[in-house]
Amino acid sequence: MTKTLTMDKPDDRRRLDHMAQAVIGKPLDRPDGPLKVSGTAPYAAEYEIENCAHGVLLRAATMGTVKSLNRAKIEALPGVLGVFSSDEFLRNPAQGMAGEAPVQGVGEVAYVGEVIGLVVAETFEQARHASYAFAPEIEPAGHIVDPEAVEPEPQDSEAVDQGDLAGAMRDASHSVDVVYRTEGHAAAAMEPHASIAVWDGPKLTLYGAYQMLKFNRKELADSLGLDEADVRIVSRYVGGGFGSKLGISQEGIAAAVAARGLGRPVSVVMTRQQVFESIMRRTETKQHMRLAADAEGRLTGLGHESLISNLPDEEFAEPVPQSTHFLYGGENRKISLNVARIHRPAAGSVRAPGEAVGMPVLENAMDELAHAVGIDPVELRKKNLPECHPETGIPFGTRKYAECMDEGAKRFGWADRNRVPGGLREGEWLIGHGMAGASRVNMTETAKARVTLSANGTATVETDMTDIGTGSYTVLGQVAAEMLGLDPAKVEVKLGDTDLPPGSGSGGSIGASSCGSAVFLACEDVRTQICEALGCEEADLTLKDGEAVTGNRRMSLADALGADELTGEGEFNPGETSEDYAQAGYGAYFCEVAVNSVTGETRVRRMLGVYAAGRILNEKTARSQCLGGMTWGIGTALTEELVHDERNGKIVNRDLAEYHVPVNLDVPQLNVVFLEEREDAACPIQSKGIGELGFCGAAGAITNAIYNATGVRVRDYPVTLDKLLAGLPD
Amino acid sequence: MKTTLKVNGEERELEADSRVSLLDALRNHFRLTGSKKGCDHGQCGACTVMVNGRRINSCLTLACMHDGDEITTIEGLGTPGSLSPMQDAFVRHDGYQCGYCTPGQICSATAMLEEAKAGWPSVVTEDLESRPDLTDEEISERMSGNLCRCAAYPNIVDAIREVAE
Repeated sequence: MTKTLTMDKPDDRRRLDHMAQAVIGKPLDRPDGPLKVSGTAPYAAEYEIENCAHGVLLRAATMGTVKSLNRAKIEALPGVLGVFSSDEFLRNPAQGMAGEAPVQGVGEVAYVGEVIGLVVAETFEQARHASYAFAPEIEPAGHIVDPEAVEPEPQDSEAVDQGDLAGAMRDASHSVDVVYRTEGHAAAAMEPHASIAVWDGPKLTLYGAYQMLKFNRKELADSLGLDEADVRIVSRYVGGGFGSKLGISQEGIAAAVAARGLGRPVSVVMTRQQVFESIMRRTETKQHMRLAADAEGRLTGLGHESLISNLPDEEFAEPVPQSTHFLYGGENRKISLNVARIHRPAAGSVRAPGEAVGMPVLENAMDELAHAVGIDPVELRKKNLPECHPETGIPFGTRKYAECMDEGAKRFGWADRNRVPGGLREGEWLIGHGMAGASRVNMTETAKARVTLSANGTATVETDMTDIGTGSYTVLGQVAAEMLGLDPAKVEVKLGDTDLPPGSGSGGSIGASSCGSAVFLACEDVRTQICEALGCEEADLTLKDGEAVTGNRRMSLADALGADELTGEGEFNPGETSEDYAQAGYGAYFCEVAVNSVTGETRVRRMLGVYAAGRILNEKTARSQCLGGMTWGIGTALTEELVHDERNGKIVNRDLAEYHVPVNLDVPQLNVVFLEEREDAACPIQSKGIGELGFCGAAGAITNAIYNATGVRVRDYPVTLDKLLAGLPD
Repeated sequence: MKTTLKVNGEERELEADSRVSLLDALRNHFRLTGSKKGCDHGQCGACTVMVNGRRINSCLTLACMHDGDEITTIEGLGTPGSLSPMQDAFVRHDGYQCGYCTPGQICSATAMLEEAKAGWPSVVTEDLESRPDLTDEEISERMSGNLCRCAAYPNIVDAIREVAE
């Protein structure tokens, strides 16, 4: 019997707090750690498959209509087994949770860098050499690539027009009316996209680097016209995702098509340049911010109107104002999101779509308002926390935003901050302090899991959930260990295989809560079976250290189970609490930067993030997620930007030498603090998403600190030195 | 062509195309997939191995150039049941998340400690005359050729500092 829970009302039982093992939340090491640090954890391209041929993807350097591929020349090269291209090939990856094929067919090249073929050879070196000879004939098409050169499509789902913002701006004692820009971002996960396709008759197994297997299986089957039951995807270890591996991608389909054609397995690994060019980018944004406030700084109006871009026929639209809808009050509101249909590469989810770029800008505008009003930026924010969702009127879930700001201010020494922009100097360095809020909507997704408890005191957790570095192996084992009273070392977690019960997948910070809840429910199912075997009530059953206690009886699991093993199944579903409560994770960042007054170089000297995200399932892995998020904030603030050739939209800086992700020396010893919280409205384990929260708004604290250091307000991300130099004080 | 490499203490014969990089020789020919390919252009450091004790990007060198050389990969530093001190420190300090850059980080860190011990300066070393102290800034600078997109940098520095002490 599957134990199913649909979250139609908050679950305030908080059962994990009442278990005896006391391992939940503990900063345990990752069980997959020894495999990862010894190089023995297998990633997608590393499965040893007999007779496997190697494929290299072929790109189009020009937009337009493909007239011919120079197959004959390539196929004549040494070792080449074939050149493949078909109507099944993907224009770009599937969007997250699509569950169906993305746009297929590569006869019309929609963007520079689109993959239009695959060459397969006996060895990688032969395939790579052959790829250099690829010279397709393409009749050029003059597609528009400038997002401001087309009439954008409004996204009704994000549009709010409440009261009279123009009037509020007119009547305001203080106001901010500014335009910010952010450039595109690349996920740049360290493992390039890779797939090995293996056919066994009509059945296809794909060893791939994917985040959301139950959706990816559907997307792969749909793309190839297969029955879903004939498709298996294995992704036990994924070398980073950050959204880039949400949907089935080009190399997977190409490998499958080629393997089918050749009758042997084919491995395809994207080059780093191909990942940059043909995997989802985060859109650039242009954000018009308007804030109207009374004399004390209480918001009377708020406007956040954004221009973003994507290819035609892509439904995804970066939800820039996602947290703006509810974070601050102001009765007169105008929020909009407009999509320019242009021919830069496809835009999709990159870590924290929406808040990643919307929050820093909102928090910059709040900083500008704090200066206009002349009050502490923390005080301004606390003055403007709405009682309920300011647009829908629904209540908030847990919201410790103010507590995060207060705790952060205290720990950082905010009271001793520099108060005069450009006024604090150490030699040639200008020192500045800044803060910003963190907010990320909390979401969950249907997830199933199976848990088997054996009489020998071990347990197995199974779901097709992935661990993309997020700690799924660790926290799912911890939930089971807590519920079943086991040392976590006795729990084996099996993930990343569509043969296992379908979990939520990793994306949108849904994984730990959704799959953790499915594991929790499966364990409840096991506990119910133990109670039946023992003839006791659930409330009277204690499981601890591999023993069962009920009433005055203590026994080994072997005696308690009444069987060699018991298997429980759990299914978690989001429900009405998703609509009834405005759920989000919150936090606050405080940051000190030094800006060189001669060169304009910015160094982040110290940074603190205080977060409240419901129950923390593992303090160590949660902290690591936030360290990563804050580092992404450093990249967004200072270095990361996709540069497009204005003639054809091509991503010019398509590698890791030219697209600058933060390196070790760019990142100081960051401080992360979690506040105790339980979110009953989210799920039965009271957690909220943490993987993206630590990034949402982080860049804003850094850029606010740059303003504080220099007196220069740069409204064009990233804040590179060229944008600062002209305005720096002498 | 034929090349003899001493990989993790064991002599290995490679009969392969002269275009095979050291990284691809390890991964595709010797099935030592611990060394990772993140960019194939020497930009990310995921492929870092030690050649005759010095750390290099194995994607930037051809296998056939290493006849007789001693190659140490992550597999040669320790095994899941018997981790090296650096590998163990990375686990305890959570000096990784997805794990893909990790073998390169660990090979790099292991060799870097020897460089520091030998007194090699770095770009952040103030005084080039005396032996540099391995401060956090020195560790960070010396590890900046190894990208980590999960951004475990503070934990990586913690792990290395502990082993250095």
